[in-house]
Amino acid sequence: MSIDIKLCKDVWVFIEIKDKKIENTSLELLGVGKMLAADLKQKLCAVVLGKDVTQYTSLLFSFGADVVYNCEHELLETYTTDAFTNVLDEIVKEKKPDIFLFGATNVGRDLAPRLAARLNTGLTADCTALSIDPESRLLQQTRPAFGGNIMATIINPTHRPQMATVRPGVMNKIDPKECYGIVENYPVKLPAENLRVQIKKIIKNISKNVNLVDADIIVSGGRGLGGPEGFELIQQLANALGGVVGASRAAVDSGWISNDHQVGQTGKTVKPMIYIACGISGAIQHQAGMTGSKCIIAINKNPDCSMMKIANYALCGDLYDIIPLMVKTIQEQNITK
Amino acid sequence: MKLIVCIKQVPDTTEVKLDPKTGTLIRDGVPSIINPDDRAALEVALKMKDANLGTTVTVICMGPKQADAAVREALAMGADSAIIVSDRAFAGSDTWATANVISSAIQKIMDYDLVFCGRQAIDGDTAQVGPQIAERLNIPQVTYARSVKVLGDSRYEVCRELDDEQQIVEVTGPALITVVHGLEPIRYPDFRRIFQAYSGVFEVLNWSQEELKIDANKIGLKSSPTNVKCTFPPELRKSGIRLEGTNEEMVKQLFDNMLGEHILKRRA
Repeated sequence: MSIDIKLCKDVWVFIEIKDKKIENTSLELLGVGKMLAADLKQKLCAVVLGKDVTQYTSLLFSFGADVVYNCEHELLETYTTDAFTNVLDEIVKEKKPDIFLFGATNVGRDLAPRLAARLNTGLTADCTALSIDPESRLLQQTRPAFGGNIMATIINPTHRPQMATVRPGVMNKIDPKECYGIVENYPVKLPAENLRVQIKKIIKNISKNVNLVDADIIVSGGRGLGGPEGFELIQQLANALGGVVGASRAAVDSGWISNDHQVGQTGKTVKPMIYIACGISGAIQHQAGMTGSKCIIAINKNPDCSMMKIANYALCGDLYDIIPLMVKTIQEQNITK
Repeated sequence: MKLIVCIKQVPDTTEVKLDPKTGTLIRDGVPSIINPDDRAALEVALKMKDANLGTTVTVICMGPKQADAAVREALAMGADSAIIVSDRAFAGSDTWATANVISSAIQKIMDYDLVFCGRQAIDGDTAQVGPQIAERLNIPQVTYARSVKVLGDSRYEVCRELDDEQQIVEVTGPALITVVHGLEPIRYPDFRRIFQAYSGVFEVLNWSQEELKIDANKIGLKSSPTNVKCTFPPELRKSGIRLEGTNEEMVKQLFDNMLGEHILKRRA
């Protein structure tokens, strides 16, 4: 049975907890959720599932939540599809939200489709823009398709809640300020036998700690580097500016650098102050992950490639000559971010 | 064991271009391929077949009649039989409706131990259909899988590759597993089997809405909860400054400009 549209109200955000911390993406969702709720004159509600969840409540209020639903249970400490789907299915059917947003993270992309199928409602994946149509009051969900070649705006006129996963790093958090709201502790019944997948072991991947999403400065390398040794040069420039190293899919697919450095449609979405694209032609898939950067610098032998066209500063030439000159200038002139 | 692998035929999106005049996709001449994650899912199933005598792999492909090419390739790689699920009534299905169609085909097969899907397809990148099929079949799901180990008694150990961690999980079949490509090598079609795939050695069934006995209100464009309101080309950034001169002159202008705009500063 689907949910009656007329009874549905409020904008919900699924709050993802990882290692006892709220994921940044969840705070970004509160930021965009706040605007949607204001346009609809509805409340913004944060839904938290986990163990000892009350510790997050005040932070959620300060980032914009009007209501926090706390769902507390031992078996919710680590994410599992069955436990989280069962709890959310129950609370959604009881409270009937109008909109329900998830981060397009590993967890969000496992959970949201399962829940949407159980609720028999629509789900739009990996949105990069959300807005309310002033006439129909429907959620307009915009996302890239065909590898970023085209943007599509999706609506769900007849089923509720309107569900979407949102790409991490795209939406803006609000500036936190001390605020209070309504807390509701939602009782959770969760028989252990309902959980059909057991986690035996979690191996943290410590090498994958490239924090592209929060970086101020990213120096990225692409096919134009010609080989893995080019990333030593990229690293030198990144070090000189206090930035981190990014890469295009071409460089990752060539095996020159690991995929946790990848920026673009299949990698991370970034919006640093400065993005330096070295030997990257600027395929639409790469642009999808970096056009939000404040200042783009392109270094490329080909003056006509897309990256040179969209860059704030385009330097045409051999990156193996230009980058050492940049590093030298930064050091000699004491330049910093 | 009886394994089912769901595959999709997709345009190679790295070859798709946008028509700058009309703002629509140019799909003519773009090659169709088996979706990369689905190919990785097939490989995981075929590895299980190699290691466990009596295991069969059935491929399901929903799509237009041209999907036949994808199915023949899967047979040449080692699948035992294939089902093409095709009907005009399925056209325009969103992920909810697609999952309804594919899960009804799996229910028609009835007897299975594991269902495999790719994590996501490169044309839509949604990663939704796998979990939605699992929900329709009321079986557990394990997403982002790299490999599967058979433990016996219908139990399986699955290695999941997530952004910043690896998980080893255990699940009892029947279950649905979605696989990520790029982690394990994938076999090429066998030369002898390519010939066999086109000469009637393997069973290829065609199922339409009628065979699946699926309600019209669960399929196609009209029944899909999500609708495409509009499509448009991605917004491009305005061009900036092309620096001129020797490398030294360009680098000097670059830093002069950035210092002038206070994007960078000199250390005090």
